[in-house]
Amino acid sequence: MIEPNRDGDVWVFAEQEDKTVNDVSLELCGRARQLADQLGVGMAAVLPGWNGRELSHRLIAHGADKVYHVDDKQLEHYRTLPYARVMCQLISKHKPQIVIYGATAVGRDLAPRVASEMRAGLTADCTALEIGDYLDPRSKIEHKNLMLQIRPAFGGNIIATIVNFDRWPQMATVREGVMPLGEDDPRRSGEIVDEKVEYNDFDSAVRLIERHREKRAVNLKAARIIVTGGGGVGSKENFQLIRNLAGVLGGAVGASRAAVDSGFIDKAHQVGQTGTTVRPALYIACGVSGAVQHRAGMEESAKIVAINRDSEAPIFSVAHYGIVGDLNKVIPMMIQAIRERA
Amino acid sequence: MELAYDSIVCVKQVPDTSNITGEAMTPEGTVNRAALPAVFNPEDLNALEAALELRDQHGGTVTAITMGPPVASEVLRECLYRGADRAVLITDRRAAASDTLATSYILSRAVETIGRYDFIFCGRQAIDGDTAQVGPQLAEKLGIAQVTYFERMVELNNRTARVRRNVGNGWEILEAELPLLFTVTDLANEPRPPGARRVMRYKRARTMDGVRRDVVAAMPNADEQQQEAEWAKRLESLKMGQLLLEQWDLDKVKADLRWCGVTGSPTKVHRVQSIVLTKEGHTEVSPTEAGIREMVHELIEDRTFG
Repeated sequence: MIEPNRDGDVWVFAEQEDKTVNDVSLELCGRARQLADQLGVGMAAVLPGWNGRELSHRLIAHGADKVYHVDDKQLEHYRTLPYARVMCQLISKHKPQIVIYGATAVGRDLAPRVASEMRAGLTADCTALEIGDYLDPRSKIEHKNLMLQIRPAFGGNIIATIVNFDRWPQMATVREGVMPLGEDDPRRSGEIVDEKVEYNDFDSAVRLIERHREKRAVNLKAARIIVTGGGGVGSKENFQLIRNLAGVLGGAVGASRAAVDSGFIDKAHQVGQTGTTVRPALYIACGVSGAVQHRAGMEESAKIVAINRDSEAPIFSVAHYGIVGDLNKVIPMMIQAIRERA
Repeated sequence: MELAYDSIVCVKQVPDTSNITGEAMTPEGTVNRAALPAVFNPEDLNALEAALELRDQHGGTVTAITMGPPVASEVLRECLYRGADRAVLITDRRAAASDTLATSYILSRAVETIGRYDFIFCGRQAIDGDTAQVGPQLAEKLGIAQVTYFERMVELNNRTARVRRNVGNGWEILEAELPLLFTVTDLANEPRPPGARRVMRYKRARTMDGVRRDVVAAMPNADEQQQEAEWAKRLESLKMGQLLLEQWDLDKVKADLRWCGVTGSPTKVHRVQSIVLTKEGHTEVSPTEAGIREMVHELIEDRTFG
């Protein structure tokens, strides 16, 4: 447990896999940099791994003043206990005021373990982080410059802002893709600090026997243009229409939960709160009603085109262009119009 | 020699957030929990199923625990209907407003009170908060290892388990000695339905407080003494029939009150906003060739098509 402090840095847990830094860690560095500047403190990333010291430079290029690098054979692949040991020891030693993690399979396994050991507060799956003040209604004490942890709750029907002020660090996991991923800035400089961590026998209690990773066949996050089909597409066969439109635009194929649940397309294509969060240059939603869980995963797209027969569909509330009509007629017309212009 | 294993399953009763309607919103725009139907948290059913499958294969016991208001004993009955051997309700006003840290502490005290166990099964996350934090935090409080996103047991050899977990973009197989805590996702199994004979047997199962509520409802005009007598009588009969659900408070589990409820919860809710659809207005495109050509033209002009 560490006491609240005002001069601690803002930290990001840097997640690496197979010698690559996860994009979400870079997204978080960008946001953490801004939070640190607002607070007037430094920003550091913690990078546990094995033979991956050079990854520090990417974290620095995304805003880290410091990278605490921990190099150990048992940190090569993520396992809860040794990684939790690294985080808890470094937090106790350097006393950051904020620690944020990507809300990935790794981050959501690690952060609660660390929070429990540090007896610190943790908010899951945030979609925004801000600095702000909080008036405690019990003590009437105003706490200045806390991290406001903003997240959807109740199945996405409400947005809650969470704070913690009496036990630090303030910790949160942040959903992938909600913070913009900046460009690498090679002019930035920072310090790499090599840290040694003391492990105990229990830290190696869980052994990794076998590990299998699938290449992401569908890379929604990297797509500039995404064409998404929803329940309104009607059938698996008819999804070809969505693929065709994506094809002429050189875009990726997305799907709403309704389309995935109906078996029209594989879950890897799902956009939304339980799927992938995306922010492409153009998002075309075809036959998607636009449940709040779906909108949460795409509303940051630069341009949104919505096609739906129901003029009251919630998807129109986030659209820039709305077409009320039958997608079976509208999509072929769009393909035709795009081909004419190309 | 084949060993039998004792499992504890943590379950939660949650408001059904998948079907929120207008009636469930208060005039201030917040969610009115009371207006929502309460359901068995879906992935906790997967956790229960994983524990029952383990018992079916190797023998042993399955104990279900839940923390919540007295009415949460409904999910304990559901556990008994599906095959749990024992069910414990942890209920205490002083536990109200616990965040995940305080909740995991109280659950850890309940687990220690139960004493012997080989496995703890939790649902990955609950649909009211989607935090997925209580499982790992409970493991840490108990000082045992966790395996999240449990898919299936690959091998169980004496005190060593091999488990396959799903990490979204792949899977891994982990090996560790017992005891272990698993968080189970909906990919792991297909939860069994309640058994008809078990429903007949356990539908009368009640907690002490549940019996009290029944008595007050059944004899609203009786005086306190009569109600007390009836309560004692019913309790005795439930005990005889092994239908009295255990009900524990924070004293029973020897919880340190500093780590429970509001004082034990570092996270505080600052504000809550309901999601309001904002009609900012969009360009309406007519579903005609001319209308669509115009839109495509604009998207090319502003380089959206790149």
